Amino acid sequence: MSAPKPLNREQMAWRAAQDLPDGGLVNLGLGIPVLAADYLPAGRAVTFQSENGVIGVGPLAAAEAADPDLVDAGSRRITLSRGATIVDSAASFAMIRGGHIDVTILGAFEVAENGDLANWDMRLAGKGPLVGGAMDLAVGAKAVWVIMEHNTRSGGSRLLTRCTLPLTAVACVKRVFTDIAVVDVTPAGFVVREILDGMTAEELRARTEAKLTIAPDCRPLRAP
Amino acid sequence: MPIDKWVTSAAAAVAGVGDGATVLISGFGGAGFANVLIRALREAGPKGLTLVVNSATHPYSLTHELIEDGLVAKVIVSAARGRGKEPSAFETLWIEGKIELECLPQGTFAERIRAGGAGIPAFYTPVGFGTDLAAGKEVRRFGDRDCVLEQAITGDVALIRADTADRFGNLTFRHAQANFGPAMATAAKLAVAEVRETVDEPIAPERVQLSGVYVDRILAVGDAR
Repeated sequence: MSAPKPLNREQMAWRAAQDLPDGGLVNLGLGIPVLAADYLPAGRAVTFQSENGVIGVGPLAAAEAADPDLVDAGSRRITLSRGATIVDSAASFAMIRGGHIDVTILGAFEVAENGDLANWDMRLAGKGPLVGGAMDLAVGAKAVWVIMEHNTRSGGSRLLTRCTLPLTAVACVKRVFTDIAVVDVTPAGFVVREILDGMTAEELRARTEAKLTIAPDCRPLRAP
Repeated sequence: MPIDKWVTSAAAAVAGVGDGATVLISGFGGAGFANVLIRALREAGPKGLTLVVNSATHPYSLTHELIEDGLVAKVIVSAARGRGKEPSAFETLWIEGKIELECLPQGTFAERIRAGGAGIPAFYTPVGFGTDLAAGKEVRRFGDRDCVLEQAITGDVALIRADTADRFGNLTFRHAQANFGPAMATAAKLAVAEVRETVDEPIAPERVQLSGVYVDRILAVGDAR
């Protein structure tokens, strides 16, 4: 039997979207996380906040309707959802630091078993830094979730005992969605909630540097 | 004499910005870049500037032209990474040690400017604790949270973009155009706004998004950006 197929980017975003709380205020990071907005379960009302001050981000604007003054934190030209408001950056970050964001989903390079997050600086030679709002979101949101591939291109583990790259924030991540698992960060370390359908716990552990506890009710990870 | 903050040329709008000035420049993601004013400042050519601007490398902002011309000694930013394979104007100078960099979390960047305009000399924030960006900064624990001491940012001039202005300098913004503009206007000795349109009748008080008391000069630029 061939190895089970890992989730692709859209499937990872779909899986994370299933856990977003009804009525929640949510900030989605650049890359895979913003895709989650397309996969909310029917009937679930979520307000998307973007750190440039848009509260109520709607779908991307069609080319002919795109307005250069209406953008999200990724400089993407967007529409507004019904009931949207727009504030300035200082007020937007007051909202973020003030604990008013229920969930932020961020991309990451590494997550440590104590919840440390590294997602802003890969120490690329000759490249300037780019932190944006990552540190503010990681510290300020009530829940910080991460979507990332389980392993690096060279096969290294992104779930680690300790992060090796510069930190974004300490002990902040609560849940990680990878292409082969859903993992919670708990006071006892990483607890695996779901493993890719067809993959064994031993196979998952072989691809993970950090210690993993398999939840008693661990389920198969599937996505349409 | 009745208040009238409208000026008729870009050169007049940025007149008096001297060598070594700290210049706050608004804009985010293509919304609210004061590009007409940035270009006028480039033509005026003051040297040794400190730029307080969210990104030193955003492709839609003309900030990079000031950097390319060698007018900038230091940038205070939350982003300074070029998008292309080749290093950006900023990165080239930075690698050569010819420009100083202070990188901040974006919310800390915004709040330091807000504090500067609000008479708060410094504040503690949990953001950045335990990271390279807090290196050398004072840390104090409040309850169960470790916090970093951050100092206010003020400046000599703010260049911002808005939608409409009346003669009193009262401003309205379109969509996400405000971003750092209101805070920057409050934190600078001289605040200059380029606007799409000036309006003869005063803007209805409850519609004003930034009070004209913070704004010194207004330049109407139409749809130029």
